[in-house]
Amino acid sequence: MIAFLIKRVVQAIIVMFVISLVSFSIQDNLGDPLRELVGQSVSEAERQELRDEMGLNDPFLVQYARFAKNALQGDLGTSYFFKEPALEVILKKLPATLELVLGATLIIMLLSVPLGVYSAIKPYSLFSRAVMGFSIIGISVPVFLTAIGLIYLFSIELGWMPSFGRGETTQILGFWGSGFFTADGLAHLVLPCISLASIMLPLFIRLIRAEMMEVLQSEYVKFAWAKGLSPRRIYFLHALKNTMLPVITVGGVQIGTMVAYTILTETVFQWPGMGFLFLEAVNRVDTPLIVAYLIVVGAIFVVTNTLVDLIYGLVNPTVKLAGKK
Amino acid sequence: MKKTVSILAGAMFSLGLVSAQAATLKMAYDADPVSLDPHEQLSGGTLQLSHMTFDPLVRWSRDLGFEARLAESWERVDDLTMRFHLRQGVKFHSGNAMTAKDVVFTFNRLKESADFKSIFAPFKEVKVVDDYTVDLVTNEPFPLVLNNATYLFPMDSAFYSGTDEKGNPKDLLVKHGDSFASSHLSGTGPYTITSREQGVKVEFSRNPDYWDKQSPGNVDSIVLTPIKEAPTRVAALLSGDVDFIAPVPPTDLDRIEKSDRVDLVAMGGTRIITFQLNQARVEAFKDVRVRQAVNYAINQQGIVDKIMKGFATTAAQLSPEGYLGHNPALKPRYDVEKAKQLMQEAGYENGFTVTMMAPNNRYVNDAKIAQAVASMLARINITVDLKTVPKAQYWPAFDVREADIMMIGWHADTEDSNNFYEFLTQCPNVDTGAGQYNSGNYCNPAIDKLVLQANSETDVQTRAEIMQTVEQMLYDDAAFVPLHWQNLAWAANKKVDIAPVLNVMNFPYLGDLVIKE
Repeated sequence: MIAFLIKRVVQAIIVMFVISLVSFSIQDNLGDPLRELVGQSVSEAERQELRDEMGLNDPFLVQYARFAKNALQGDLGTSYFFKEPALEVILKKLPATLELVLGATLIIMLLSVPLGVYSAIKPYSLFSRAVMGFSIIGISVPVFLTAIGLIYLFSIELGWMPSFGRGETTQILGFWGSGFFTADGLAHLVLPCISLASIMLPLFIRLIRAEMMEVLQSEYVKFAWAKGLSPRRIYFLHALKNTMLPVITVGGVQIGTMVAYTILTETVFQWPGMGFLFLEAVNRVDTPLIVAYLIVVGAIFVVTNTLVDLIYGLVNPTVKLAGKK
Repeated sequence: MKKTVSILAGAMFSLGLVSAQAATLKMAYDADPVSLDPHEQLSGGTLQLSHMTFDPLVRWSRDLGFEARLAESWERVDDLTMRFHLRQGVKFHSGNAMTAKDVVFTFNRLKESADFKSIFAPFKEVKVVDDYTVDLVTNEPFPLVLNNATYLFPMDSAFYSGTDEKGNPKDLLVKHGDSFASSHLSGTGPYTITSREQGVKVEFSRNPDYWDKQSPGNVDSIVLTPIKEAPTRVAALLSGDVDFIAPVPPTDLDRIEKSDRVDLVAMGGTRIITFQLNQARVEAFKDVRVRQAVNYAINQQGIVDKIMKGFATTAAQLSPEGYLGHNPALKPRYDVEKAKQLMQEAGYENGFTVTMMAPNNRYVNDAKIAQAVASMLARINITVDLKTVPKAQYWPAFDVREADIMMIGWHADTEDSNNFYEFLTQCPNVDTGAGQYNSGNYCNPAIDKLVLQANSETDVQTRAEIMQTVEQMLYDDAAFVPLHWQNLAWAANKKVDIAPVLNVMNFPYLGDLVIKE
């Protein structure tokens, strides 16, 4: 266990080093940050002066060495736009994004398990077919369109839901501004969470259905039927347990991906999270912020994958034996 | 000097149209101010903020005249000197009284600002006559003293003096650092800032000691939320989550006009969109007939109708209507047959191939316009190899003149025609910075001489004639390809009486805004 964690930490450090190097080397292709900082009538000479002052004219390796030295001390640079340390800016936006992902994950879990199981047990029922048909549509419609459609229907036409932003937040634990504890905050979470969930939900329904159908064909389930166990016990105790194993693996990876998908959802809903922040940073060529964002997201991927591996071990103690086969 | 007084505002006040009830305005722009320092960046966002939290010496009225603000009156003392009499009894948000020393402080700071110094370059100094009288002295006779005085928003010199907790001077002006002035503010304006989370929202509340008691404004708090995505911004307005939005995207104009909950206000704008034909890179563009042919080949009306959805004004010159240099005789000249004939005369009937670059997120529909122009040029056998890139990558490319035809939009900071010529059509000169955005390398010394002359001509009529001649000469020379002036649009909930405070500069005077109950 300890050895496993140490190995993961070493991996994480390598991953983040590579990410920082790659993101640092592409920054010259993003454009000129100076143009976003000055007005149109500022002369080229003055821009050069500013560039010198900011160290943008130094050779790549000099710039990277300076960055790496500061990064080792926990300083990922200062955002040009926010004028604050990039890491602080991102961490301030992190709660908004994580709550969005949490809300979407809840929706996915609560809906995909019953729907997937049902359509596996009764594959030919009308409802199962409707669910499958719907999931095809869901998987093909881009999140951008889903979001705009939801805003149009529920905010403009029906007027039930707010159209943008996070609404009222309350401070918990001193630093985490949460939208889960006020009615206004919850109302603001509904549409963005549904949009974000809409990409992954069909995938999970289909995955659970396929796994469940496979498990239902297996010997031990047939044996359970022969033994005369109640259908409820067979489906939800014996079959579902084994169905969930691959779902956890895929799920863990997908939650990481979902953090990336928040870029689109957050942009449409003007959600003050780090995905939206990233897109803005790209538009403004706020390079310190871009580099810091990529490193933080890399870290999130590493952490979620590590957690998934740990949970997997807990759910299925035979996992090591199976792995050695 | 004539002084325009806001008669309308006074009349509305006396008619009792103004309700004394507290009102809140929730508004959404596409971005929030980058900094609280009014001198850090010369941009629409900074000026919008300045008009909410500061007051200029004079400000533009809707018909491009001047309204007295912190300067109560002004007169010309001699060719080089304009005397301003400051309003007495005006207090900054901090409680300090506004006097001549604050004007001097602000003027000196503007001279240091990378973005603003070019506007204040014609000024030599500001002299204090007494506590409430200052003289603005120019190096040479200068016709645009009042135009440029609209950029002088006196800052609280006592508030911005001394050092902050980091040991830096409080008046430090930096582009990319956390300075005192970028996060603290004390002006004389109608609103103070109560809270600010950059990129999320800014909250303003009415300055209880605002000097302008004549102002009909009854809004006592404003919440500004940036909403970057245009469809979301429109949705927020239509669903009632915000009361006022700008800009309104051309695709949604119809929807907003049809809505019975909101009002749309549109105005012809002053930002010109043009293409420049690079004569240093393409031999053919040195021939005036080829440049004219390009102008004849482009259907400006078609672009305005089809791409801009009617939301722009076709242009045949740089100066929009209302500017001194606007020459009403010049009309767009779309005529493909004439264009072909000119190409033939110039010996290019078989055409040639050129490269073109345009940004894809800077101007309204910029990439689509470039595509349309490229296909129009194909009809006179000019094959265009078009590349569109995000603005962050476009400007470095523009600086090195990376393509044969490049798009550029321009808004004159001084609201004066000469600003267009100085940046877009003057003979490029790296040392003086002239023609900094003249990627066409167009050069006509006769025009430059007229521009120089207009710069020191203080007689308005003569000046207008000179600049209109310049427009005519540029038109005849087909120096560049003018397309259109982008229109401006705002939309607001019906209870927000937005129209009276809007203007073509796009600085809504929100201090005077009235919300009906």
